[in-house]
Amino acid sequence: MKVLRAVIGVSVGLWILVGLAYPLAMTGISQILFPYQANGSQIKLNGKVVASAHVGQYFDQAQYFWGRPSATTPPYNPMASTPSNLGPTNKLLIQHIKARVALLLKTTPGLTVNQIPASMVESSGSGLDPDITVQSALIQIPRIAKATGISRNTLTHLVNQHIIGPQLGIFGRSHVNVVDLNLAVFKLLHP
Amino acid sequence: MSIQTILTWAVVIAVFLVTLKPLGTYIVRVFTFQPTILDRPLKPIENFIFRVIGVDRESDMSAKEYSLALILTNFAWAVGAYILLRLQGQLPFNPQHFGAVNPQLAFNTATSFTTNTNWQAYSGENTMSYFSQFAVLSYLQFVTPATGGAAGIAFLRTLSGRKLGNFFVDLTLMTTRLLLPLSIIVTLILVAQGIPEALSPYLHVHSIVGQTQVVPRGPIASWEAIEHLGQNGGGYTNANSANPLESPTAITNVVLSIAMGLLPVAFFYAFGVITGRRRLGWTLIGVAGVLYLVMLALLYFPEAAGNPIINAIGLHTHANMVGKETRFGVGGTSIFETSTMAFTTGSVASAHDSFLPISSIAFYLAMFLNMVFGGKGVGLLNMLMFVIITVFLIGLMVGRTPEFLGKKIEAKEVSLASVAFLIHPLLILAGTALAVATPAGMAGVFNPGPHGLSEIIYGFTSGAANNGSAFGGLGAALPFYEIAIGIVMVIGRYGSIIAMLFIGQSLLQKKAVPESAGTMHTDTVLFGGVLLGSIVILNALTFFPIMALGPIAEQYLMMAHHLF
Repeated sequence: MKVLRAVIGVSVGLWILVGLAYPLAMTGISQILFPYQANGSQIKLNGKVVASAHVGQYFDQAQYFWGRPSATTPPYNPMASTPSNLGPTNKLLIQHIKARVALLLKTTPGLTVNQIPASMVESSGSGLDPDITVQSALIQIPRIAKATGISRNTLTHLVNQHIIGPQLGIFGRSHVNVVDLNLAVFKLLHP
Repeated sequence: MSIQTILTWAVVIAVFLVTLKPLGTYIVRVFTFQPTILDRPLKPIENFIFRVIGVDRESDMSAKEYSLALILTNFAWAVGAYILLRLQGQLPFNPQHFGAVNPQLAFNTATSFTTNTNWQAYSGENTMSYFSQFAVLSYLQFVTPATGGAAGIAFLRTLSGRKLGNFFVDLTLMTTRLLLPLSIIVTLILVAQGIPEALSPYLHVHSIVGQTQVVPRGPIASWEAIEHLGQNGGGYTNANSANPLESPTAITNVVLSIAMGLLPVAFFYAFGVITGRRRLGWTLIGVAGVLYLVMLALLYFPEAAGNPIINAIGLHTHANMVGKETRFGVGGTSIFETSTMAFTTGSVASAHDSFLPISSIAFYLAMFLNMVFGGKGVGLLNMLMFVIITVFLIGLMVGRTPEFLGKKIEAKEVSLASVAFLIHPLLILAGTALAVATPAGMAGVFNPGPHGLSEIIYGFTSGAANNGSAFGGLGAALPFYEIAIGIVMVIGRYGSIIAMLFIGQSLLQKKAVPESAGTMHTDTVLFGGVLLGSIVILNALTFFPIMALGPIAEQYLMMAHHLF
C-alpha cells in the first residue's frame, strides 16, 4: 500500500508542477515578454488579420507569387498540416511534378524547364511552407508583370527587397516569404 | 555543400562537445545528492513531494522494487491519460470544443506517450483540446523521459558500487533538476523566434485573396521545448516540427536539434564520471559519435544529389525537396533528422516517407541500434548492453574470463543482455511478418512496391525502439496498427529496461576482481573499434535480409528508373 501512495502522490505532485504550473506560467510570461509572437505573429491590414507571419497561404491567381505545392486539403490548410508522403518510386509523385512543371511553363512567358527549382514543383513537409527560394520568385515575374501591368523591373526590385538571408549569417538559406511578398504586391495594386 | 550547412552542423556538434562535461558532471552531482546551484529554489518543492509520499531522498530499492515502482507508476499514468482523453469533451481549456477521443485511439495514445514513444495515430490540431495537449500529453512528455532517465541513473549507481536508489526520488529529481529548468529556457527562445504560446482560441485569418484560414494556437512553445529535451517527439500538430507553427525558423530547427541531444550525450559523460572511468566514457562517446556522423552523411549526400527519376526532367536544382521545408533546406533538415533518430526523439522536420531509400537506411540504422546516444539513460543502457555482449565475445575469442568494470561477466549477465538484445528484433520482425501476412496489416500500406514494405518495417521498428516517427503514409490510425504497435511499444520499452536493472543488481552483488596483467582493457581505441564492429555485425546479421527486401531493393529499382 505504501507503494501505491507513492505512485499516486508523485504522479499528482509532478502533474501540478509540470502539467499545470509549467505551461500556464510559460504562457503568462510569454504573453508579457513576446506578445506578438506568442499570439501567432499576426499581420494586420486595415485592422484585419490577413496572415499569421510564418504560415503559408494559397495563391493561384496570375497576379500573385505562388508558393510551393501543398498536400493539405484544401491547400495551405493549417488545421490539417501534412506532407504528401509519396515515396521516391511512386508513379503519382512523378505525375504530380510533371503536371506542375507543365502548368508553370504554360502560364509563364519565356520560362524553360531548366530554370525551375525542384522545390517549386515538390510539395513541402507541412503543406504550410511560407517560403520559396529566390530563383522560384524571380521566374514568376514575367507572369505577374503580364497579369498586373507592373513592370518587370519593379517586381525584381520588390523580390530583392524581400529576400531573407541566413539568420545570424549562418542558419538557413536565402529565401522569400511568399505571404509577405504578395502583401507588397497587393499594396502596389491597391494604393 | 554550402558554407551555411557546414557551419550549422558545426554549431550543433560544438554545443554538444561544450556542454557534455558540465552537464554530465551536474547530473552526477544531482543523483549522488551533492549540493548544486538549483538546491535553493527546488529543494522545498521536492521535499514537499517526498513528505507527501513518505519517501526519504537517499533511500534505496532492490531491482525488483525499483522495476515494480516504475511499472506501477507508468501504468497509473497510462490509465489516467486514457480516462482524461476519454473525458476530453467535459474538461476545461477546450476553446475548439473537441469531443472525447475514441477508445482505440485513446488506448494507442496513452500507451504511446507513456512508453515515451510518442507515436501518433491522430493529428493534434484537430483532435486534442489545450487541456489534453498540456495537462495530459505534455505532462507525459516530462515524466516518461524522466522514467527512462531514472532507470539509466539506477544502473549507473550500481556500476559505481552504490545501491540502485529510489525510483520515486530519481523520477522527481530528473523532472525538477534537468527537464524543467532546461524547458523554461528553451521555451523562451522558441517564443522569441515566433512559436505561439497562448490559451486563446485558434486564430481566424482572411487573406488578401479571400482565403480563410484557421490557424491553431495553444501552449505550443512550452510543448516543443519538452518534446525535444525529453526525446519525446510527439508533435503538437500532424506535421510535427516541419510545421511552421512548431518550428518557424532555421534557428528553431537548430535549437530543437540541440535540445534533443543535450541530455543523452551528457549521460554518456556522466557514466565516465560516476564510474571513475572517464576514458571508457570517452570511448563510448566516440563510438556513438562516429555512428552519429555516419548517419548525418548517409542522410545528407543522397538527398542533396536527388532522385534520379526526377532529375531526368531537367530542373534547375537536384536536391530532393519532397516533404522538406524551404527554410531548413537539405542541410538543416539532415542535422535535425539525424538528431531525432539518434536520440530516439521521433519528431520530424520533414516527411521521412519521401526520403530516398538509401538515405532512409540511416533512419532504420538509428532505430535498430537504439544507442547512438539514444534517449537519455535508455540509450546508455543499450550501449552498455552491447558492451557486455562485446566483452563476452572477446572473452570467447581470446579465452579469458570476460570482465567489465572489475566485475566478472558470467552466464546470468550474458543471458540477461542477450534477452535485452533479442527482444528488439523479435518485436520488429514478428510484427512486420504479421502485418504482411494479414489483410488488415496490408490495408495500411500507402506507397506501392518495396516502399510499402519499408513503411511497415518502419512502423514496427519505431514502436519497438520507442522512437515514434513514422513513414507517414502508413495507415497508423487503422485498428490493426493502433493495437499491434501499441503492444510492441510496451514490450520494447520495459523489457530491456528491466533486464538491465537486474544486470546492474547482479553486478553489484559480485566481488570486484583486482586488475591484473590478464585484464582486458575496455577504455582503449582498440576496444572502441571492436565494440563498433560487434554492434554493426550483430545488427547486420539480424536486419540485413529485411533491409534488402525494402529500401535496398527500392534503391536499385529507383536507379533503374522503375516506378510503381
